[in-house]
Amino acid sequence: MNDAVGSPQTALVLGGTSEIALAAMDLLVARRCERVVLACRDSGPTAVTAAQRLRSAGATQVDIVTFDASDLTTHRPAVAKAFELLGDVDLVLLAFGVLGSQAEFDADPIAAAAAVNVNYTASVSCGLEVANRFRHQGHGTLVVISSVAGERARADNYVYGSSKAGLDVFSQGLGDALVGDGARVMVVRPGFVHTRMTAGLKAAPFSTTPDEVGARIVRGLETGADIVWAPSVLRWVFLVMRHLPRLIWRRISAR
Amino acid sequence: MSLEPVARAVLSGWGRVPRSAADVRHPATMGEFERSLNTIGPRGAIARGLGRSYGDAAQNAGGTVVDTTAVARVEIDDRSGLVTASAGTSLDELLRILVPRGRFVPVTPGTRYVTVGGAIAADIHGKNHHRVGSWCQAVRSIRLLIPSGEILTVTPESDPALFWATAGGMGLTGVIIDATFNCPPIETSLLSVDTLRTNDLDGVMAAMVEADHLYDYSVAWIDLMSTGGSMGRSVLTRGRFAQLDELDAAQRLRPLAFDPKVRVGAPPWVPAGLLNPLSVRAFNELWFRKAPAERTAELQSIGAFFHPLDMVRGWNRIYGKRGFLQWQFVVPDDADDTLRSIVGQLSSAGCTSFLAVLKRFGPGNDGPLSFPAAGWTLALDIPAGIAGLGPLLDRLDVEVAGAGGRIYLAKDSRLAPHMVPEMYPRLDEWRRTRDQVDPSRTLTSDLARRLKLIDA
Repeated sequence: MNDAVGSPQTALVLGGTSEIALAAMDLLVARRCERVVLACRDSGPTAVTAAQRLRSAGATQVDIVTFDASDLTTHRPAVAKAFELLGDVDLVLLAFGVLGSQAEFDADPIAAAAAVNVNYTASVSCGLEVANRFRHQGHGTLVVISSVAGERARADNYVYGSSKAGLDVFSQGLGDALVGDGARVMVVRPGFVHTRMTAGLKAAPFSTTPDEVGARIVRGLETGADIVWAPSVLRWVFLVMRHLPRLIWRRISAR
Repeated sequence: MSLEPVARAVLSGWGRVPRSAADVRHPATMGEFERSLNTIGPRGAIARGLGRSYGDAAQNAGGTVVDTTAVARVEIDDRSGLVTASAGTSLDELLRILVPRGRFVPVTPGTRYVTVGGAIAADIHGKNHHRVGSWCQAVRSIRLLIPSGEILTVTPESDPALFWATAGGMGLTGVIIDATFNCPPIETSLLSVDTLRTNDLDGVMAAMVEADHLYDYSVAWIDLMSTGGSMGRSVLTRGRFAQLDELDAAQRLRPLAFDPKVRVGAPPWVPAGLLNPLSVRAFNELWFRKAPAERTAELQSIGAFFHPLDMVRGWNRIYGKRGFLQWQFVVPDDADDTLRSIVGQLSSAGCTSFLAVLKRFGPGNDGPLSFPAAGWTLALDIPAGIAGLGPLLDRLDVEVAGAGGRIYLAKDSRLAPHMVPEMYPRLDEWRRTRDQVDPSRTLTSDLARRLKLIDA
């Protein structure tokens, strides 16, 4: 069960090798989260290292289940397996996603559609699957890693941005839909995070780290937030950015 | 068979957090109530009264919750003072019947809006614990519905193990249908109250050790926002029911009058952060200043003395939608240093807490999960969203357990499960008794799941 200060006792991470998710899990495991399931593409070295990391942070049980976001048929079995292993699942972290590059997408539209499938379509499938389980158990928190890229379109990453925009709206709607079911959804909007996914890219202003985003997620669980920005200043930055005239936004967002 | 309405509802305790959804049954007649454990699904069932437990004791995510409050039955034997009341009867309803007839409830907490069933399930205590113990010590018998559908009549003599497992058993030994308990006589409905203001924690503790035994009722309110030399400054109020000859002529016309009023309601919505260190500090300052330095034999009504917060309907809403929690512990008398250390840490952490309540308990009873034990108990309300509150309270829990103390489960919404057997060393004995009446593990609650009460 989630307690009054937002600490879960069991968690499922969809995209179990996500650096942001693991940073959040480190902190949650140090509190009450004893048992974790990491849903990963395979149980290779990255997944094993992730599991080991949570065990050394204090988790008594960490299991890996195979799950491929790009293969919709794996979603239901993976989620079912996690609920079977954990019993009640207090927290689900939806943390998979691909960034890609706009240049690559321009050259290969099918690759662009595949990235959108992972970031958006797969999240819809997983989100609804988890929501049904939450309805049944009468409680649960779904944390969805969105992105500030979904806040306003940018010429150099609009495929990624539009997929995150879809994910963001889907997640907010799901949160509203779950109000009478005792479950809830928290949307996390990080800015530029220094991870494997962004390695080699030029950092945007207000860039942050997985550890900082993880801490913001845990803080959001404490406060019961619906939306978490990481860093928190981005809430105000984007309040302004969203309303800039398009010409000006185009110029300042060009990199 | 069970035709009473069932509705999916999101439930929480008085602290408004954590929340979960359950199918709520509302049995409307005694017959329906007595069948309320029929056809329970795999996620089990728990009874719920007025939802005044602060945490998740009376909710059952994804399962069934039996609302006890629609069935009202009260029988009074005026000669013996024995009262039989259905589980959903509130202390407010009881007092409105009993006080005009010259009787009082054996024990009352800080609110009248708790039920007889809840009073047993939490084995509630009040300002008279040092004199009479907790609620279940006044209980003569309980009719308990168990998952087999049987209704057992349980008394301390017929089945002491089950009786005391039910006392403070958080509703997990069965659905309490009704109970018979002893209600003491009173001559008037007014209390003769002595008030003493002390400038620090040591002052109030010394006063309680010195003279609590001279009073039937005693409790102190502590200001946790004051630090330094005035850390733990307190207002100690102690009293007893007044006798007829202490009333003036007008009061003597209606010596047993009881007509408490709800004065105001908290607004339905409160901006987040209304309670912040500044506003709470200011409130506590006012409250401390308004108390007399010392006053004796002031006559106060039952409502004013026992249930001041009941005058504000829905006061729990002032903490905003994030809610709050109450943390209450007891440590043995000789662990007064632990009490001081904890008060010091809470004060310096700037825990935005309204007044905390300090009381010196008398000896505990035979209930393996009953909370009260001889020593100091402190209770305080804290907004749930404070950064790092969980880890802070976890550290304090360890100090409490280390001193031989425990946390009150009826208030809890965040204790670490591994602390429960340390604080309640007879937990396994309680589990064995419980399993005998509920081998199918039908009775459960969010509290039971979170704290692993039923299975380790």
